[in-house]
Amino acid sequence: MNKLLKLGLVILLGLGVAVLLVKLLHGHDIAVLNPRGLIAFKERSLMITATLLMLIVVIPVFILTFVISWRYRAGNTKAKYAPDWDHHRVLEFTWWAVPTAIIVGLAVITWQSSHELDPYKPLASDKKPITIQVVALQWKWLFIYPEQHIASVNMVEFPEGTPVNFEITSDAPMNSFWIPQLGGQIYAMSGMTTHLHLMADSPGSFDGSSANLSGAGFAGMKFTAKSVPRAEFDVWTKSVERSPHHLDHGAYQALAKPSQNNPPSYYSFVTEGLYDEVVMNYMTPMPGMVTR
Amino acid sequence: MIFLGNALGLLTLNALKHDGFTGVMLLATAVMGALGGLLAVAALTYFKRWGWILGRAKWLWREWLTSLDPKKIGVMYIAVAFLMLLRGATDAAMMRAQQVLSVGQSHGVLSADTFQQVFSAHGTIMIFFVAMGLMFGLINLVVPLQIGARDVAFPFMNSASFWLYVAGAVLMNVSLVVGEFAATGWLAYPPLSELRYSPGVGVDYWIWSLQIAGVGSLLSGVNFLVTILKLRRPGMTMMKMPMFVWSVLNAMVLVVFAFPILTATLAMLALDRTLGMHFFTSGFGGNPMMYVNLIWAWGHPEVYILILPAFGVFSEVVATFSSKRLFGYKSMVWALGSITFLSFLVWLHHFFTMGAGANVNAFFGIMTMVIAIPTGVKVFNWLFTMYRGRIRFTTPMLWFLGFVVTFTLGGMAGVLMAVPSVDFQLHNSLFLVAHFHTMIVGGVIFGLFAGITYWFPKIFGFRLNERLGRYAFWCWLTGFLLAFVPLYILGMMGATRRLDHYEPSTGWRGLFIVAGVGVCVIGLGIGFQILQMIVSVWRRKENLDMTGDPWGGRTLEWSTTSPPPVYNFATLDAVTERDAFWASKQKKASGGRKPHYTDIALPKNSAMGIILAGFAFVLGFAVIWHIWWLAVVGLLGVIATIIIRTSTDDSEYTIPAAKVEEAA
Repeated sequence: MNKLLKLGLVILLGLGVAVLLVKLLHGHDIAVLNPRGLIAFKERSLMITATLLMLIVVIPVFILTFVISWRYRAGNTKAKYAPDWDHHRVLEFTWWAVPTAIIVGLAVITWQSSHELDPYKPLASDKKPITIQVVALQWKWLFIYPEQHIASVNMVEFPEGTPVNFEITSDAPMNSFWIPQLGGQIYAMSGMTTHLHLMADSPGSFDGSSANLSGAGFAGMKFTAKSVPRAEFDVWTKSVERSPHHLDHGAYQALAKPSQNNPPSYYSFVTEGLYDEVVMNYMTPMPGMVTR
Repeated sequence: MIFLGNALGLLTLNALKHDGFTGVMLLATAVMGALGGLLAVAALTYFKRWGWILGRAKWLWREWLTSLDPKKIGVMYIAVAFLMLLRGATDAAMMRAQQVLSVGQSHGVLSADTFQQVFSAHGTIMIFFVAMGLMFGLINLVVPLQIGARDVAFPFMNSASFWLYVAGAVLMNVSLVVGEFAATGWLAYPPLSELRYSPGVGVDYWIWSLQIAGVGSLLSGVNFLVTILKLRRPGMTMMKMPMFVWSVLNAMVLVVFAFPILTATLAMLALDRTLGMHFFTSGFGGNPMMYVNLIWAWGHPEVYILILPAFGVFSEVVATFSSKRLFGYKSMVWALGSITFLSFLVWLHHFFTMGAGANVNAFFGIMTMVIAIPTGVKVFNWLFTMYRGRIRFTTPMLWFLGFVVTFTLGGMAGVLMAVPSVDFQLHNSLFLVAHFHTMIVGGVIFGLFAGITYWFPKIFGFRLNERLGRYAFWCWLTGFLLAFVPLYILGMMGATRRLDHYEPSTGWRGLFIVAGVGVCVIGLGIGFQILQMIVSVWRRKENLDMTGDPWGGRTLEWSTTSPPPVYNFATLDAVTERDAFWASKQKKASGGRKPHYTDIALPKNSAMGIILAGFAFVLGFAVIWHIWWLAVVGLLGVIATIIIRTSTDDSEYTIPAAKVEEAA
């Protein structure tokens, strides 16, 4: 009776916590499980497939643990006791073979998905992709639209259903560029460009952040990614083009100075090739070195 | 004049200044400490107890600090590791407190910089000074006994290793008062950890604490590798070794291969920071990606260095408390071997997001998943060790059952993240944090606690209080689930790790509160463990182990008395079976032959380990603060100590056979 009471208490406690968690989550999206873009959607399916495959082994483990510990408890003298029984070819073969089979399956999936969802792979679409250059600064995100010659900080807008080619670098410590509802992340590193191809299914506003510690203002490195209908995007570009702030070298130097929790801001007349200069800046030789 | 002006390098009184919360806490601690000290001095003088305290200090010095007995070194490792656990857990509590409070308009109690120092310290302490300390402690206690040996291969080196570990730990704690600690995360990725972005001494403290402790770990690795290979009891072939010894052998192979990588990497980062070189800077030809590769080429094997001995502990615990032979011994050995080999082929899974390309990512992802196979085999073998056994649910067994649940869940999360395309969505989120805590707390820490409870009576001669042990276990398990299940969810909600502030609109706060409650419950568990220790010592008469075999053990360590004599075993009889002690009990001591006693040579005490570590500490501290003359003193001191010690011939004493016979 005492044991049953304890078990009951444990179950009640577990249920209570579960209910609490559900209540806490009510009204909030679990971003990774609520994808709004092609890539994030495929990544979620992959996550579910892999979990189900693993449950083939995990569920028997839980059941066996419970059943064996209960049946062979010292108090149960009716259970068989075989102190020297220490190997069994068929059984051991089974638990080498079954997990191996599952892992072979997972390996095939992994190989295929790694190529299919390679962040460097352009997305197939009948619409012309848009290129957005991303610079991680201390501590804000700068988005440069090379075709539109505009730029924005901590806010990126793009047309829905259109592939977005992000070219990403850093003029700061390493960061990681992540918009969970659209798809997985990639590092932003100085002196080089990484690529990320994403696409939003429908209009919406998504949270983005840096996933890699980059110093004091790291927690404030958040941005909003907004996907809008094409027409609305054109209107937005036009409005940014009228921004009185021009992003020339001087303005960039000022912007690149460390600052925290920056609200969104917009720039017009971005100097041609600014992004490439930011990347190449780290490729210069040491002062005093002779160059040919 | 210049020399005098810079006699203390970068060290000025400013190093003692601390702002805000930390400042208040430190001041309070300092005042309390000073008052306590004064009070103690006054009391000692008033009650004329100076002689007594000096006697105690002498005893401590002679019996413990300078001892080369691995059993005592093991106990000291575990004691230091527990102290560090208290600090690491306090750091964890501060982190969760900040994340509960610092939402929206409020910015909590810690500044971003302090918060970042706290989590960097938490990770560094928990891995290097808690998990490693507990592990080496347990290895020291158990391995020589289990292989039926009287000592380790290199007793003095063992003491040096321990004291280097202590020097690292002390240096790390000095940073709390003098200067600051790294605010770069526990692996200090450049370029953030380079001078340009971290100009203070924090990263240098990190480098030198780990450098000093790391050399100690490497020496220990060599020591136990040789001990296991060369000092086994006659007749104990490799395939007759207890499974814990197998697990330690594999872990030590990993130490020997992996730790030099850490040493070299830290040295290069130190050269960058101290002498202005450019190994890992982001400009001038440096390559931070190289650092990330190198640190994980050490870091991934490190994870297995910690978990393999825990696997070994469980193999012993399950067999003993099921009163049954370990199931699938050969499978277990091969599983350990494959994990050891594979652990060097997976490091890139820590940074799929660095853009290596699909082929490379897929290769490392698949290699990672393959590790799940031998690990799964081990779990099934443990379960079938229990099958047809007589299971006694003692505390070590509870830790094992808790481990099966948490480790399987954590393993699932791990395989999930081994799929690169899935990892893109979970990397550096709290999901990742939850995953590795599941493995390290639910695997390593549970395992080491099980081991400590299991072997405690062997070392001290009495068992730990079972009831309080059970309470501690249940607090740890529920606290663990409360603290980390919310983090899995938070990670999928987009919460990244290391955030000192977030907005209420994210909806994360409730989950952070639940996680905070979990930390408190774990704290309660730690409280029960402290209480368990006190009560067990207080009422040790009730739990005395007179037989040397309190659990119905199977391996050699249970064949000697509890606590064992300083030479462990009076005679070194040959071994013929795998579970040697169990087999000899079954045969019921056919007796007859009178045991043959011989003289036993043992190492004398030595203070050289402490002195060596003292100079290493001085060297580290001096380089951190650019006090070059002092660095030279430290370095020369280290070299001189080594030369003096290695040229000492008179390092052993002999216990005559007659005395051994008398004691036996």
